[in-house]
Amino acid sequence: MTTPQDNHAEAQAAAPMVSVRDLRVTFSGGGKTIRAVNGVSLDVAPGEALALIGESGSGKSVTLRALMRLHPPRRTRMEGAIHIDGADVMALDARALQRLRGGTVAMVFQEPLLALDPVYTVGQQIIECIRTHASVSASEARQRALRALESVRIPSPERRLAAYPHEMSGGMRQRAMIALALSASPKVLLADEPTTALDATVQIQVLILLRELQRELGLSIVFVTHDIGAAVEIADRVAVMYGGRIVEEGPIRTLLRAARHPYTIALLQSRQHGMDRGQRLQTIAGSPPDLAALPPGCTFAPRCPHARPACLAQVPATTDLGQGHRVSCILASEPAVAEAAA
Amino acid sequence: MTDTTLPEALRNPDVGGPAQPLVIARDLVKHFPLKSKIPGRRAGVVRAVDGVGFEVRKGETLGVVGESGCGKSTTARLLMQLIEQDSGELIFDAQGVGSAQLPMKRFRSQVQMVFQDSYSSLNPRLTIEESIAFTARVHGIGAAEASARARALLDRVGLEPARFAGRYPHELSGGQRQRVNIARALVLRPRLVILDEAVSALDKSVEAQVLNLLLELKAEFDLTYVFISHDLNVIRYLCDRVMVMYLGKVVEVGDTETLYANPAHPYTRALLASMPATDPDHRTLVAPLAGDPPNPINPPSGCSFHPRCAMAEAVCARRAPALSDALAGHPVACLMAHADGGHSRQLAATT
Amino acid sequence: MEMTLKKPAAAPLVQRSPGYWTTVGRRLLRNKLAMLAALILLALVLMALFAPALMPSDPYAASILKRLKPVGTEHYPLGTDELGRDMLSRLMLGARLSLFMGITPVLIAFVIGSALGIVAGYAGGWTNTVIMRLVDILYAFPSVLLAIALSGTLGAGVGNALLSLTIVFVPQIVRVAESVTTQVRNREFVDAARASGASSLTIVRAHVLNNVLGPIFVYATSLISVSMILASGLSFLGLGVKPPEPEWGLMLNTLRTAIYTQPWVAALPGAMIFMTSISFNLLADGIRSAMEIKD
Repeated sequence: MTTPQDNHAEAQAAAPMVSVRDLRVTFSGGGKTIRAVNGVSLDVAPGEALALIGESGSGKSVTLRALMRLHPPRRTRMEGAIHIDGADVMALDARALQRLRGGTVAMVFQEPLLALDPVYTVGQQIIECIRTHASVSASEARQRALRALESVRIPSPERRLAAYPHEMSGGMRQRAMIALALSASPKVLLADEPTTALDATVQIQVLILLRELQRELGLSIVFVTHDIGAAVEIADRVAVMYGGRIVEEGPIRTLLRAARHPYTIALLQSRQHGMDRGQRLQTIAGSPPDLAALPPGCTFAPRCPHARPACLAQVPATTDLGQGHRVSCILASEPAVAEAAA
Repeated sequence: MTDTTLPEALRNPDVGGPAQPLVIARDLVKHFPLKSKIPGRRAGVVRAVDGVGFEVRKGETLGVVGESGCGKSTTARLLMQLIEQDSGELIFDAQGVGSAQLPMKRFRSQVQMVFQDSYSSLNPRLTIEESIAFTARVHGIGAAEASARARALLDRVGLEPARFAGRYPHELSGGQRQRVNIARALVLRPRLVILDEAVSALDKSVEAQVLNLLLELKAEFDLTYVFISHDLNVIRYLCDRVMVMYLGKVVEVGDTETLYANPAHPYTRALLASMPATDPDHRTLVAPLAGDPPNPINPPSGCSFHPRCAMAEAVCARRAPALSDALAGHPVACLMAHADGGHSRQLAATT
Repeated sequence: MEMTLKKPAAAPLVQRSPGYWTTVGRRLLRNKLAMLAALILLALVLMALFAPALMPSDPYAASILKRLKPVGTEHYPLGTDELGRDMLSRLMLGARLSLFMGITPVLIAFVIGSALGIVAGYAGGWTNTVIMRLVDILYAFPSVLLAIALSGTLGAGVGNALLSLTIVFVPQIVRVAESVTTQVRNREFVDAARASGASSLTIVRAHVLNNVLGPIFVYATSLISVSMILASGLSFLGLGVKPPEPEWGLMLNTLRTAIYTQPWVAALPGAMIFMTSISFNLLADGIRSAMEIKD
């Protein structure tokens, strides 16, 4: 069983499967300009699982969708570089983009009932995806669809091929969606809060399934979540986002035990895990930033207990703390203050 | 503890004394009929709540956990009498709910609820102040007085009245709206507040703020909480006792620490083991339960958990276990907890 | 332990948000097309109100010699009808009856239909079934056919025409009212209101009406144009307004044969009906868009 460190060491050696440099996504509409993503850079190695953690408005879902250029082109402006499996995603034409989606990168959404087409059976949808990306006969496609359903450990896969999404339970639907995503053998799986809407006993099944599939197929996974527990189960590395930027990233163990950014620390401390009853929870003062009117410096500065004038003036540079741990904070270069905060 | 500024008729004094449970629910049953395609023939029923009994002690926070189809939301609504039970009784502070001693309107001033969807719980056409004052006005308090109370409560939940009273729900964030809902629930000084997944839809940092607020208010207003949630971490942090529900029945009730340390019922054990790991070096390797929570339309025979139970035996499909008190003060609905249950194993009593 | 409520000093509200209808009004004012339609309708209403003062000639003064004069004739700017009466004056006066027959049935149907629909929507169960199935019986007939059948049975005349039109529109409004009320009834704030001990009447008054009347009103507004056309149709068939009263539909009927000799004159009443209907529709559309405030 590989530990997160093994994965990380392996990953360092190979070229990244997903490479994002200085991604900026802006939405315009209704007179307002919303700067949802403001300079995100990340790498995901082949076979590595990266968790994007953040709260509402952090830009994590927007980043994920930007990787496949899913945003409506009219209202969205994207800048920066995105490379997936060597291909420059921003430069792809419509045809190439269609081949990329499903063939190289696939996505799993939070609510399967919304993401699956209600008027087609699950089998029909999987077969459609298979035949879009490979020219195979109908019966061969059906065989592959069956195998896809088997690989996600759905009970009675033959029957499920002919089932409509609404006829399945929540956990099975999510498995069906994973099967659909993997049916054209992509190399990267994007997951947007895949287990948030599921019951606890089903959630752990799906998390374990994703982890096992990742190992068996050598997938790179980028998944978005607000639940640190889900990240612990799957992720090798974690990137914490706030106000459209990554404020800290690193191997999961490092982040849990030695986080350096005040936001990450506050987020970890506000969990109820380990708190005694009756003890006040740690909270973060203030409220999330208005993405239409971002402050010029560090986006977290208005709420940060250690903020200084320099924080408000300029976006802090990223400090590399070694072993893949990076922080975007002025305090990172001052260990004394950071330790007092931890 | 009574609020002397409330008119005499609305004060809610303690009737039964400290030992009397605030709420006693006995054998509550609520089935929802399914629409039949052939008129005249019953298509079946959704057995949402299938014989639920429990008590809520004064001053405690009782947690209710369970997954989809367990009936916790329906139980909450029965507790509020938003829907009427098919059978079973509800006793509030030693008085029957809806009886001559405790007419419905009087009951409603003593029990309030905070819902999960903070936006849908507020009338979009009323200002925040009007929404909160409505409850008071229903019970005869004059307009000016009701507005003053509304503003006082807004202040208490951390929303500056001058800035928020005249606003509409869509102008507030989720956390702010939930504070408004809490303020509205407290206008008439209820004794019991039911929180149905009240913090589930909020961001973690906002959730922490609201939980802190709930703790403060509980102490200050001398409240009793019934807290329904699917988040086992929050339940452990907030609740004194926990009630676990499965497919319309109560399967286990117990003191939080005991329950989390030594869950007795196999389902509770599986549920607690399903919480995601906190240490990346010790991840969960095997899911504790396979399959999805079943549908309450056709529950399994006998013990409704037996198809998924690792310790099920033949007798489990035949007999439905009642809540046993073999483990003192910790009722469990499992044949293993009954000496004459017919199961080959017995649960050890935990102290 | 006794606790007294700490009331903050009544600070004046710093932030008073504009109410819902104020916001709707502002959005409507920005909609140029709807405002144009509103102006046209205003002009028509004023014209109808002040017709006696504005009319250049007597709308009833007939003269065989002056039959079917074309548009632009001296003294008769819009020509004369088949009995030699001034078209302009008749069109002006005709606006009164036409608008009246368009708006009144819808207004009455709005009141009756909303009441029935809201009761059916809120009460649910048997009440709902009884009301809605009774309404379905009427709804099964196409509106034109129903209007004609009812008018035919009741006899000609303005009163009877109003009655039959009202009966035609009530089911449609009941349907919309019931549907909207059912949606609102299932929202959690209604549950919260019930949980506070309010009676059904109080809940309907304080929580349901302010959410429901808006959409019903918009739907009703879009029915006004239908009502005008139906009323004109009834008059055309001789079932509504009786001659010599000017009414646009009736005028269309009597000028029917003149379409070969004076097509422009014969088309004028039709043009008036058309313009009024379109304006009502555009205004209704504008109000509906203004009400869709994205929260």
